[in-house]
Amino acid sequence: MEHVMEQIINGLQLGFMYALIALGYTMVYGVVQLINFAHGDVFMVGAFVGYFGFAVWGLPLPLAIVNAMVICAILGMVIEKIAYRPLRYAPKIAALISALGVSLFLEYFSSLKFVFGPDYRVVPRPIHEVHWHILGIPITNIQVMVIVVVLVMLLLLQLLIYRTRIGMAMRTVAVDHNAARLMGVNVDNTISLTFAIGSAFAALGGVLYAIAYPQIQPFMGIMPGLKAFTAAVLGGIGIIPGAVIGALIMGQVETLTAAFISSQLRDAIAFAILILVLLIRPTGILGRSQTEKV
Amino acid sequence: MILEVKELEVYYGAIRALQGISFQVNEGEIVTLIGANGAGKSTTMRTVSGLLQPRKGEVVFQGRRINRIPAHKIVRLGISHVPEGRQIFPNLTVTENLLMGAYTRRDRAGIKQSLEEVMDRFPRLRERAKQLAGTLSGGEQQMVAMGRGLMSKPKLLILDEPSMGLSPLLVEEIFNIIKTINLQGTTILLVEQNAFMALQVAHQAYVLETGRIVLSGPAREVQANPQIRSAYLGEVQMVS
Ligand SMILES: Nc1ncnc2c1ncn2[C@@H]1O[C@H](COP(=O)(O)OP(=O)(O)OP(=O)(O)O)[C@@H](O)[C@H]1O
Ligand SMILES: [Mg+2]
Repeated sequence: MEHVMEQIINGLQLGFMYALIALGYTMVYGVVQLINFAHGDVFMVGAFVGYFGFAVWGLPLPLAIVNAMVICAILGMVIEKIAYRPLRYAPKIAALISALGVSLFLEYFSSLKFVFGPDYRVVPRPIHEVHWHILGIPITNIQVMVIVVVLVMLLLLQLLIYRTRIGMAMRTVAVDHNAARLMGVNVDNTISLTFAIGSAFAALGGVLYAIAYPQIQPFMGIMPGLKAFTAAVLGGIGIIPGAVIGALIMGQVETLTAAFISSQLRDAIAFAILILVLLIRPTGILGRSQTEKV
Repeated sequence: MILEVKELEVYYGAIRALQGISFQVNEGEIVTLIGANGAGKSTTMRTVSGLLQPRKGEVVFQGRRINRIPAHKIVRLGISHVPEGRQIFPNLTVTENLLMGAYTRRDRAGIKQSLEEVMDRFPRLRERAKQLAGTLSGGEQQMVAMGRGLMSKPKLLILDEPSMGLSPLLVEEIFNIIKTINLQGTTILLVEQNAFMALQVAHQAYVLETGRIVLSGPAREVQANPQIRSAYLGEVQMVS
């Protein structure tokens, strides 16, 4: 029983990290109806910048995290401006190909010797891992940190979108660019901001991921990226609570599969979910009852 | 003169939708643009509010050339465009939709007062303030669209087919509201399929045919024109 609880906590941690990435997919999809396939690579850059922050430059962990988030926010805005904005009102396939191009560029550019280099790096733990039993549930301090940080970020995001002027503008851009323009909304800036927030969340996910699974390399964003994308589709692409729900399910499915069925099956099952959702309910779990996006 | 449109040519790709249109709107008036489907009325409105860029010609608002200014900045100059088909935000509540209309404003107290004024003008919106706008009836959605358009306190209000799809009773109501808004000092540029009603409330009228203005003058004269009577008013007169 304790083993099951432990796996569920592991799955929760993984799910929350997927949620951080899935939010970026879903927010960007909400405002520009584009799957930003470079998003997993922004997560990778976040992991590296975070690692350099606390392991190489000796920054305190919170500062290293904020630094990675800011750099990735800028990266996200640059990607949008260069690779997506010129194609915004072109056929969707053009932007999709551009997204794949950006993704490959980030992976191979990062692999260069003078950038991050092609090899695995082992990430030293910035905090000492401590095992606790809370209400009889085995949990580590790192897991608690991940879960608390992500919950706080989700709450902040919710407040931003539903309680601020800029959040309201984002919700209108998600419906209709021209109608938003007629209200005085600067659509370009709003889309930029959406990319910035999504990328900062991915960066946070990257740093936490590197702390929890302490090994990083330039292609590390592919798998979590695809699984978070699956999570976003599972929850209903474009729907923020959907991304979180989808990510939590993905985290559990993957962890429990690895623990109780076969660790070789975990990825296969994750993507089988993607195919099944697309076949059976392409709008995702929350897709029909709710039309809310951003 | 608050708005002057000169020799406007607008293209969609290779299609020339406006073939050199000129018209003026005097301050305090209601000016209407009438014409058949596809004549170019909405295209004209979208060019004035900055959603489309003309290839030739210009738009002058209060003495300033605005046709190079992006739409989101034109709102700040005092032009509010209530688009065809309403285009309200279905995922926002009625109140949020109205607040979006005041997006360019920063005076909290003033916004609150405008919100009250709009709710007074459209009492049905007050009852539904917290409801998602997408769940409203067509008529209520039109009220949201007009109310939202008023929230920026525009000097020029552009209404593109406000009576579309409404019951005769509601059409009457909407036109009364248009008249009142105008009497309270807002200049109105009105596009209508319902030429009969539009010519009743307007001071000046322009008739558009395939991207050209074919007739213009005081609304009363246009209304009396025999060609207009048969082309645009015949059907409407029979039912009324
Ligand atoms: N987005 C677009 N792309 C291509 N052509 C367009 C587009 N919008 C309008 N047109 C064309 O431009 C012409 C003018 O259209 P517009 O919408 O301005 O007409 P309208 O007078 O408002 O008609 P209606 O009374 O039906 O609203 C039409 O021939 C239309 O087919
Ligand atoms: Mg039209």
